[in-house]
Amino acid sequence: MVSQKGVGIVETQHATFTPPGGFILESGEKLDSVTLAYETYGRLNQEKTNAILITHALSGDAHVAGYHKGAKKPGWWDEMIGPGRAFDTEKYFIICSNVLGGCKGSTGPCSINPKTGKPYALEFPIISVGDMVDCQALLIDHFGIDKLLTVAGGSMGGMQVIAWLVNHPDRIRSAIPISTALKHSPQQIAFNEVGRQAIMADPHWKSGNYYGCPLPARGLSVARMVGHITYMSDTSMTNKFGRTRKQDLQPLKFTPGYEVEGYLHYHGENFVKRFDANSYLYITKAIDDFDPAGQRPLGELFKGVSAKIMVIAFKSDWLYPAYQAQEIVRACKMRGLETTYCEVDSTYGHDAFLLEIEEQTCLVKHFLKKVFNGYAVLDQYGE
Amino acid sequence: MANESVRPDHRIILDWIQPNALVLDLGCGTGELLYMLIREKSVRGQGIEIDEQAIYRCVEKGLNVIHGDLDSGLTDYLDQSFDYVILNQTLQQVRHLKPVLEDSLRVGKKVILGFPNFAYLKARIQLSILGKAPVTESLPFTWYESPNLHFLSISDFLQYCSDSGITVERREFLNERGRISILPNLLAQSGIFLVSAPK
Repeated sequence: MVSQKGVGIVETQHATFTPPGGFILESGEKLDSVTLAYETYGRLNQEKTNAILITHALSGDAHVAGYHKGAKKPGWWDEMIGPGRAFDTEKYFIICSNVLGGCKGSTGPCSINPKTGKPYALEFPIISVGDMVDCQALLIDHFGIDKLLTVAGGSMGGMQVIAWLVNHPDRIRSAIPISTALKHSPQQIAFNEVGRQAIMADPHWKSGNYYGCPLPARGLSVARMVGHITYMSDTSMTNKFGRTRKQDLQPLKFTPGYEVEGYLHYHGENFVKRFDANSYLYITKAIDDFDPAGQRPLGELFKGVSAKIMVIAFKSDWLYPAYQAQEIVRACKMRGLETTYCEVDSTYGHDAFLLEIEEQTCLVKHFLKKVFNGYAVLDQYGE
Repeated sequence: MANESVRPDHRIILDWIQPNALVLDLGCGTGELLYMLIREKSVRGQGIEIDEQAIYRCVEKGLNVIHGDLDSGLTDYLDQSFDYVILNQTLQQVRHLKPVLEDSLRVGKKVILGFPNFAYLKARIQLSILGKAPVTESLPFTWYESPNLHFLSISDFLQYCSDSGITVERREFLNERGRISILPNLLAQSGIFLVSAPK
């Protein structure tokens, strides 16, 4: 059962980093300074050994738990974070930051370019998932944390978990990649490309220079609609909508009448209010290009890693199918890493990682307890 | 909770395994054996199990366990990367038995195998006198419910080891009263073997 009490009212903070010589990106380009929006819950212990980084998915942000003042909806993974929940804020210090390239307070294409005084738009350099986590490492330094207890996240968040293992193996004691892949398949790239083309085909996009003008709302909304189709499963759509129509009378020939159409329109239009179209382009490109193993043999991917790893996948997820999670497990086996893998039975499709709270709570809670205390096994189980 | 009384086959395996060893338990179920091995022998353990609910029970115990089937479970491990590979009461349920056994001997320096004896006296009587597929304490399933894909006897297994050059280092035989040593292929319900690869 999910514990009733969450983390309460929370606020997003900001930290700006100006590394000497600038923040060098994987592409070789640099940003003079980077700002990260972040939230924290719980308390960092004196030894600084109880810190957990949660990494968000494509459209997520730093607001993972609790309520912003006056808000009706909590953070995007609220049921997993709080006192007595999977990521127990009475034991652990939880950090979540908006990714580099994002549009919810961290440096991204809609930020002001200090050189021009105007939003970067397409002047913003190409960023990678590796750049996102290198940025997060600066935030971890900022808290004086040497080693994270764990990095956990689903989908693109899971890719960041993998990038932490590859780029900063000495700085994490464990890792929880969920509903994710070591690299995108052509199918995943294809869906993202449709989204990007929808944005760029919108006349309001104007090669990215739409700030202060009408937004490429239709394009971004269609991109989000395609996304939502891939996040659900055939079964979950049937269960949620069936063939139900919203109203019997249709004033125009092609007015969306089916509930599923209404759902997609609602989410598409809402997305435009909270997300920047250029960010969508940059971030989807970053995850399409993510391929940390590249031409190297899979067995070399986790060289130098000693973290304990828990991989989670969901049966009906066809966007990030379980075979991709199993590839992560294979890379772990090749290095003899202590590994746990569970393919949770679910009909929710890719959305399952946001919805299957009970199973994930069981897995995450016990895994963290063991890693945090350095136990070989748990003394009392079955509670 | 944990262990009310240790199963006799688990007791034998606990006795055989050296402290601090690296152990892979194939078909670890809810993890009782692996849990005891870690607590009593300080081994480093990894389990592989096909049943999702059993995975949660393992994780609750703090075990490392991979959800998957045994037929593909071993392929990615490096040669001799475990001191022991355990196949206790799972061998008979593996689809492709020979490759799994060969891969176990590749991945593990030693392999521990436990399986029900199809030539146990009661089974023989049921088959030859009553003309029925045997149902015994160690083969408790009716023909239409049995997960077992292979039916082997202790003699069959020893013959296979001898033909394949597999060294049988230790062996124990069990029936409902405990360990036995006389006429095991006739009187034992199950056998447990510690084997190693051909040199």
